Amino acid sequence: MALQTQPGTRPGRGTAPGTAVVPRARTNTFSALLHRHPRLRLAGLLTAPAGWLVLVYVAALAALLITALWTVDTFTGKVTQSWTLANVVQVVTDPVYQIITLRTLWIALAVTVIDMVIALPISFFIAKVATERWQKLLVVAVLMPLWASYLVKAYAWRNVLAEGGLLEWLGTPLGLHSPGYSETAVILTLSYIWLPYMILPIHAGFERVPDSLLEASGDLGAKPWTTMRLVMLPILVPSIIAGTIFTFSLSLGDYITAQIVGGTTQMLGTVVYANVGAANNLPFASAVSLIPIAIVMIYLFVVRRTGALENL
Amino acid sequence: MSQTVLGGDRAATPSGTAEVPAIRLRNLVKRFGETAAVDGVDLDIRQGEFFSMLGPSGSGKTTVLRLIAGFDLPTSGTIELEGRDVSGMAPFQRDVNTVFQDYALFPHMSLLDNVAYGLRVRGMAKQERRERAVEALDRVQLGKFVTRRPAQLSGGQRQRVALARALVVEPKVLLLDEPLGALDLKLRQQMQLELKELQRSLGITFIFVTHDQEEALTMSDRIGVFNNGKIAQTGTAHEIYRRPTGPFVANFVGTSNLFGADAAGRLYGRGGQFVVRPERLAIGWDGATPSDDGVTAVRGTVASVVYVGHATQVHVALEGGPAVVVLVGADLPGADDDLLGRSVAVSWADRDAVWLPDAA
Repeated sequence: MALQTQPGTRPGRGTAPGTAVVPRARTNTFSALLHRHPRLRLAGLLTAPAGWLVLVYVAALAALLITALWTVDTFTGKVTQSWTLANVVQVVTDPVYQIITLRTLWIALAVTVIDMVIALPISFFIAKVATERWQKLLVVAVLMPLWASYLVKAYAWRNVLAEGGLLEWLGTPLGLHSPGYSETAVILTLSYIWLPYMILPIHAGFERVPDSLLEASGDLGAKPWTTMRLVMLPILVPSIIAGTIFTFSLSLGDYITAQIVGGTTQMLGTVVYANVGAANNLPFASAVSLIPIAIVMIYLFVVRRTGALENL
Repeated sequence: MSQTVLGGDRAATPSGTAEVPAIRLRNLVKRFGETAAVDGVDLDIRQGEFFSMLGPSGSGKTTVLRLIAGFDLPTSGTIELEGRDVSGMAPFQRDVNTVFQDYALFPHMSLLDNVAYGLRVRGMAKQERRERAVEALDRVQLGKFVTRRPAQLSGGQRQRVALARALVVEPKVLLLDEPLGALDLKLRQQMQLELKELQRSLGITFIFVTHDQEEALTMSDRIGVFNNGKIAQTGTAHEIYRRPTGPFVANFVGTSNLFGADAAGRLYGRGGQFVVRPERLAIGWDGATPSDDGVTAVRGTVASVVYVGHATQVHVALEGGPAVVVLVGADLPGADDDLLGRSVAVSWADRDAVWLPDAA
């Protein structure tokens, strides 16, 4: 036996107690100090990330909020630091921006619902039906589009949706026609682009449901659809909401897809983009961008209780 | 226990149908790829019987249970439930319920909803299923906790909920997949008694899968010992322990001292193998061999001494024979170190030698 726990108790062993053959750990006063003082340890671990968080996120958001309260000198085009609520009031009250806000909300909701409907059966198949080998391949297949550039995917859809494009070619014999460059095109394209963000959390959710729960449900007399409704879905709700947080907030802030396949469709993101660029009105762009931030915060606040935030 | 919801109509059923076995397996085979997890099992389990499937892990006992429940479908062979062929049916079509090893309680439901689940999916009205679920929880002493979630319970309590949930739908056969495995020794022994008592009062057939031979011996009316996907022996606890039909059963159920063909030939002048249980062996510390009629004695050397609480296991290497374990209940005549290497005599009554049938 190499590991003699009680040296000397066995006759015939030469090693006297105390002369350990295995080297002891060297004393480290700093580690010992940290071990004795958990608060010190916590402070050491948190300072850097917390500092980064304050600097990058909180400070940037605060700057945005402050900028929204400034205004642009129409003559010089420079931001003047005089305080006014005019931008915010205009964004909230002007019917043009109200309509754009509602349209953006509608697009984000439609994308979220479409992705949810597509992702549920796909995730179920990957997690519970496919063999282990296929599981790995399918997860990679789901992830693969994320490795391609966003722009490439959006332009690919521009081609698909174009006059005489793939969709028209496939649809014409069936009596369908391409939606062209429109709101519908934006919804389709965004649904495609954000789909992996919905599949991954739902897939992880399905993986966490033990097979024995499904077996128990069937064993007690439930048909597969009942098992899905009464056992699977309630357990999956947090995972589904985790997925919707991604698809919803990503769609809410999008402007590239709207520009590439949206035709004349205006979303909040395109308004921000136009005001930062062409109109050179940073304060107004900031005011507009506060809307999706507010909506996402409200959404997070509502879903917080479901435990979805632990599933991100 | 008085007439209950669980036992109600079962108690009214006359025992005249007892000739039809609750479960009949015929030439049951289940392959996973190349390996046969279950390799030709024939078994009749009587109605109202407490039947244990005992075997080491990987012996196919759990697979047989899953085939009976319908979670897996057999590669070939048939499963009959009270005379009806259910081999190809889905779990929800079989009048059989399972208590899972991990209990498989629904984490998002209260205890009440968990237990009422089976009644709910069968379309029972809300009021009635709640009453029955409360009654079933009362029976397992969890009536106070109906609104709790499974996560708020201890292992033993979850086990009881799983039991109540499976029994409330009044199955013909209850399958238990190592349900006591996760409990500590005291609780396990208590649950063993409670399960046995419950089974007796309900009259439902219990099929109990375990790898713990003591558990199987304590609880079962009959035991099937599994090895390599086959049933090595079926019989009462007494038969299995006293008359094992092969070296595997002799060794798996309790400790056995197996004497090979050459030892048998030397001692008794006949072929074949025999076993003697450790508690049937006596040890003569002075090395003198008793010369009584019908007693066989062999000299040997003490190899090790292991104290196990209620007795001491003395391992003796017999001269020319196997190494055997002797269970000594009395105090030893010296310190362990003095006994090691001592020359002793091991003896046993010839009627305690169990001859194993020749392996086919």
